[in-house]
Order: sequence, then C-alpha cells, then structure tokens
Amino acid sequence: MTRLDVRKTHKLYIGGAFPRSESGRTFEALDAKGGFLGNMALASRKDARDAVLAARKAFGGWSTRTPYNRGQVVYRLAEVMEGRRDQFIEQLRAAEGLNDKKATTYVDAAIDRVVWYAGWADKYVQVLGNGNPVSGPFFNLSTPEPTGVVATVAPSGPLLGLVSVIAPAIVTGNTVVVIASEKYPVPAVTLSECMATSDLPGGVVNILTGKAAEIAPWLASHMDVNALDLAGVDDPELAASLEVAAADNLKRVLRAPTAPVDWLAEPTLARLEGLVETKTVWHPIGV
Amino acid sequence: MTKFEYAPAPESRAIVDIKSSYGLYIGGEFVDGKGGSFKSISPSTEEVLAEVTEATADDVDLAVKSARQAYDKVWSKLPGSERAKYLYRIARIMAERSREFAVLESLDNGKPIKESRDVDLPLVSQWFFYYAGWADKLGHAGLGPDPKALGVAGQVIPWNFPIMMLAWKIAPALAAGNTVVLKPAETTPLTALLFAEVCQQAELPPGVVNIITGAGATGQALVEHPDVDKVAFTGSTAVGKAIARSVAGTSKKVTLELGGKAANIVFDDAPLDQAVEGIVGGIFFNQGHVCCAGSRLLVQESVYDEVIDKLKQRMSTLRLGDPLDKNTDIGAINSAEQLARIKELSDVGDAEGAERWSAPCEIPDSGFWFAPTIFTGVTQAHRIAREEIFGPVLSILTFRTPAEAVEKANNTPYGLSAGVWTEKGSRILSMANQLRAGVVWANTFNKFDPASPFGGYKESGYGREGGRHGLAAYLQGASA
Repeated sequence: MTRLDVRKTHKLYIGGAFPRSESGRTFEALDAKGGFLGNMALASRKDARDAVLAARKAFGGWSTRTPYNRGQVVYRLAEVMEGRRDQFIEQLRAAEGLNDKKATTYVDAAIDRVVWYAGWADKYVQVLGNGNPVSGPFFNLSTPEPTGVVATVAPSGPLLGLVSVIAPAIVTGNTVVVIASEKYPVPAVTLSECMATSDLPGGVVNILTGKAAEIAPWLASHMDVNALDLAGVDDPELAASLEVAAADNLKRVLRAPTAPVDWLAEPTLARLEGLVETKTVWHPIGV
Repeated sequence: MTKFEYAPAPESRAIVDIKSSYGLYIGGEFVDGKGGSFKSISPSTEEVLAEVTEATADDVDLAVKSARQAYDKVWSKLPGSERAKYLYRIARIMAERSREFAVLESLDNGKPIKESRDVDLPLVSQWFFYYAGWADKLGHAGLGPDPKALGVAGQVIPWNFPIMMLAWKIAPALAAGNTVVLKPAETTPLTALLFAEVCQQAELPPGVVNIITGAGATGQALVEHPDVDKVAFTGSTAVGKAIARSVAGTSKKVTLELGGKAANIVFDDAPLDQAVEGIVGGIFFNQGHVCCAGSRLLVQESVYDEVIDKLKQRMSTLRLGDPLDKNTDIGAINSAEQLARIKELSDVGDAEGAERWSAPCEIPDSGFWFAPTIFTGVTQAHRIAREEIFGPVLSILTFRTPAEAVEKANNTPYGLSAGVWTEKGSRILSMANQLRAGVVWANTFNKFDPASPFGGYKESGYGREGGRHGLAAYLQGASA
C-alpha cells in the first residue's frame, strides 16, 4: 500500500505564531499548470492590523539589539534557508514552472542576498552617517536609525524578490508587515517557517498571504505604520492611491518600480537607505 | 535681576531701497505677472512696504519653462567647478550686502535685527559658501562616481526665516546642478525679491533661479506642475500632507520640512542657568516662529520650582518692541492671522485649565504682538501640549524618571527636534538614542549649520537639509 502524504496547512505568520486568517477565508494557490497546490489563508484587514500590532511590539527590542547581534540573526536566517534549499527549489519549480537550473539560481541568489544584507547590520551607520564639521565649538554627529514599522507589498518573485525587500528593512532594526506575492504564496510560507526557527524574534517579520489590492490600503492608511514599500505593486492606479493614503501620517514611501526590476543584480543601498531616518546630535565642546 | 533701561538704538533703514512694486523674477529679469497684486506689510507697524505680484498658473508655467530651458541649455552643461564659482560669488555678495538684507528682513518679517543680522544673514552667506564647494565634488558624496541632477526644482518656503530658507533651498539645488523656481511666503516676499538682484549682480545665467510670488494657489501650481522634477517644501504639516498627496503616482522627488512640537528636557543635574538660557532661546527665538522650537518644556520635578523661578526672572528682562532696535529681544508676530492663531490656542490653554503667565512688557499700539508666555500645569492631553502654536508660548510639563521623560517627549506625531539638559554624559547619549527626533540638541538648542543635516521623523516630514544629506536630496540615486 502506498503511503498517503501528510499535507500542510498554509497559514499566516504574525508575531512569531502561525494563525489562520481570523476571517476564516482561504484561497487556492495554483501551480504553473493551473493545478492545485494548497489552500492559503486569505488575510483580512483585521489580520493586517494584528500584524502591525505585532510589528510595533517587536520594534523596541529588535531596533536596540546590537548591530552584531542583528547581523548574526539575519545571517542565521540564511543558514536555515540553506537547509531548506531543496524544498525552495521544488516550490519555485512547481509554482513558477521554472526548470531546475533556473529555480536553483533564484534560490541560491535569495540565500546569498540574505547573507549580503546580514553584513550591512554593523556597517550601514558608518556608510550613511557623518561626523559634521560645524563652524562652532560643537560635537555634531549624524547617524541613521530605523524608521519603525514598514508595510511592504512584496514583488511577485516569490523568494528572491521577497527576501530582497524584507532583508534591507530588518537589518537596520525596522520591523515589517509584508504581503507576499498573491500568485506564488507558497514559498513565502516556507520562508516564514525558516524565520520562526532562526532566532528572529517574533513580530520582526510578519507575512500575510492574500490580495494586495484588498489589504494594502489598510496598511497604507494605518497611522502606526511608518513606511510603505510598494515594490510589488504593478498597477499604477493602486500605487498612486496607496501613496495618497500614506500621506495621512507622512509615511516614507518606496515607490512602485516603473520598469521591471532585475532582482538578480547586486542591490544598491537605496532600499536600506529609504527606510532609515537621519538623527543629528549636537553637544557643546568646552571645559 | 536688574533690567537696565536703554535708549532707543534703531538700525537705519536708509540702507535698503524698497521699490513701490515688484514683478516676478523669471528668466533673469523682472516681468509683469498676469494676475493681480497684494501688499507686503511690516508686521511691527502695519505699514505697507510694497506691492507684490500674485503669480497665476500661467506665470508659474512660464517660470518653470524658463528654469527648464536654463537647465537644458546652460546649467546642466556647465562643469561643477563653474557652478561652484557662481555660488561663491553669491555667498560673497550676500556677505557684502548682509546689513541691507538684515534690515529688510526685520522690516518685512518683524524679527529683531539682532537675529536677522547675527543669525539669519551670516548663515545665508555660509550656506552658499558651503554648497559652492560641493558643486565640483559630487562624485565624493557617496552616491556613485557621477551622480546626476534631478532637473527643475520647485521650492516653496515659509515666512519665519525667509532669506535663510531661500539659501537652504537654492544653494544645494544649484550646487547639485538643478535649476529652481522658488516661491517665498506671501507675508515675507521682499528679501527673496532682493535676492533676485543678487543673482543679476552675480551674473547667474538667466533662468537658473526664478522667484515667483503669491499665496497658496501659486505654491500649489508650482508643486503640481508636471515639468517640476523635485519639490522642496518647508511649512506646515497640513500643507506637507497635501503636497505628498498631490505628487502621489508621479516620479517627483520630495523633501518636506514641516511642523514640530519639540520637547526640551531639563534634568535635575543640569546647569540650570544655562538651561534657562536654552529654554528662553528655544521658545522665544524668532518669537517662537520656529518649526524646531522647544515648545514643550519637560522639567524634572525636583528642580521644577527653581527652574520656573529662574525662567520667570529671565523672561522679565526680555525687551519686546521695534524689530529694528538693536536691543530688541522679541519682535513682532508675523501676521494678524498668526497672532489670531496664537491667541486662540493660548485661550484654549486657559480654558483647559493650564495656568498662564506672561512676561510684563509694554505692547506697542500698532502692529502684531504677543508677550512671551508660559503655561504651567500642562498635561499631555492639553491642546497646547499637542498642537504647534508657532508663537512665543511655552507649555511646561514635569517628569520624574528618564523613562517618563522619553515617553512624554515621544508622545507626539511630530519628530523634528528635542533638547536635553544634564551634566551626565551617559544620560545624554541614552536620551539621544531614545528620542525620535531628527535633531537632538544636548546642553544647547536651536543651533544650525550648513554642514549639519536638519529634518524630521514622523509627521515632521522627510529628507534632510544641510550637509552631505542635504546635497543628496537634489541628486539622483539617493532615496531621501
């Protein structure tokens, strides 16, 4: 008798736990040929707000970790992803219909991307900060700090695109609520399982599966969200309306790309820099 | 504390020649606008100083076209070293003509001459000098080997530091290789119009700087003009949000420097005499018309009585009156409208149960004035602790522990600046780390320098002005 496989229930990732959507709704994730992959939790407005709450709660602790520690935690995520390499490759092949070579390229690039960003944790302050030569007897130093809670619409690249928007946000100490690719949600759930087992404190990354057009407006207008990353929004009208909503509390906005992004290319610091604030401290010099 | 009586010592206004009316400065010359005009008055006397043109949408379009043409044909083709020399010229001319500008600024704005003369104008010249040196060093700004300008910058500035805000906007824009259309505030257009003459004196190519005057509608037409690549705005948070909405879905790069409600935190081990000077400077500098003013004083309970006594004594020596008098500490409120706003919020302070105390001083018969005022017994729920008053009104709260001070200081949608007064170094650094504000002044307040980035967290806006960060705001390849 052949063994019956044990199927996984795909859930949301909020505050380090794996709840179903409070709405009780699901949607079907399909493979490249239109076949059934799994029922995914269809996140609701309430789930999005719960996720913001979890992200806010995690911000104080995560942003005050030492840079070395944050770097290690993010690096640890890469280690755990490496252990799931075959699973990721399999999932990319199933979801996107990629051949083995291509799927491997994307998975390896995703793991390497996390490693790349991990190394920035204890360096970006030196690169983006400044000692300022003011013309008076003052010590004057500018340092970048994380902006707070970041809401992100992830690009459709189900793994490389996803980590390429999460990593630059969290490595500086932000916490994020990310809406995973609507079309390819399964790898995002696997990534959340990597996160849950990689020393990343609960709430630092919260992953919602569902419809960006439904959830993103609630995140864009949420008054306790500090920044909005529209990397995965390809509808210009939706992008503009989200930007308008974001103005209610002057969220920092990383705009939707106007041309296709090559996520395989080595990133610049733009995403990381777009989610930090520069703080300048003055103190008199004297005896 | 003895208050010495001084004889009047007014600065002569003969140094400045105010024309009876001004056109718009477009394409290197003054042109008539297509709309009407409005009057700029002196807020200390209500005397009409000049008639100024109200630029229409067509005028704005003409100015943007002029800036675009100057960008395409001249400015973007000049080597950085040549742009630098123009900016150095402007810096030098501003220094040479600084007294003239200071007098005009105090007349049009109402601020004391000792501030316009000793703070605003020196910083203006320095700002141009500082950014002049960047113009041929852009490849060293950390944005790649050859960062490109954005194009045409539309800049809208407020009335509290008219010529200084002009310098903060124009200097980095031109250094980075952009051309600009700048709109000064409707109540304080005159120094910007005088600056147009400086551009002519410096022989700046026509169209590189365009100055258009008008009110909100003119500013909106500029910000929303489709051929503007960069929007830089300093002003209220409400207008800042409107701008953020209006540029949604465009590729315009935006920096917003908006309101604040800064906490100025005094610990019990602070050097109290210095702290009191810092409190007074923090809220009464420029009549409190300062976005980064220390408008919420947080005093540790154990020194509360002593701080309040010293503060009242010090405030009793402040001289309110003629902005052109060299001994004046507190000038005029900029406009009748702003005075009404200050009065309204102060009345709300009374009504909500806070206790008002104003420095005893004579209020002149004409013009707009408000005596330096403090409110004690303020709680975080009071509107005067939450809303920006933008006047010489200080709300005083108390705290017991550093954690409580941080909690209260950060309990605001704003995040522009903060002050910390303590002799303990480790406490300063701990507070500086925890305060969610773009500028933290420790044992000092209201210090500005072109080399030092300035700008806010949260609803105080985004982007930085000053320093390398301020330069990046006018170049491609930077997110800010």
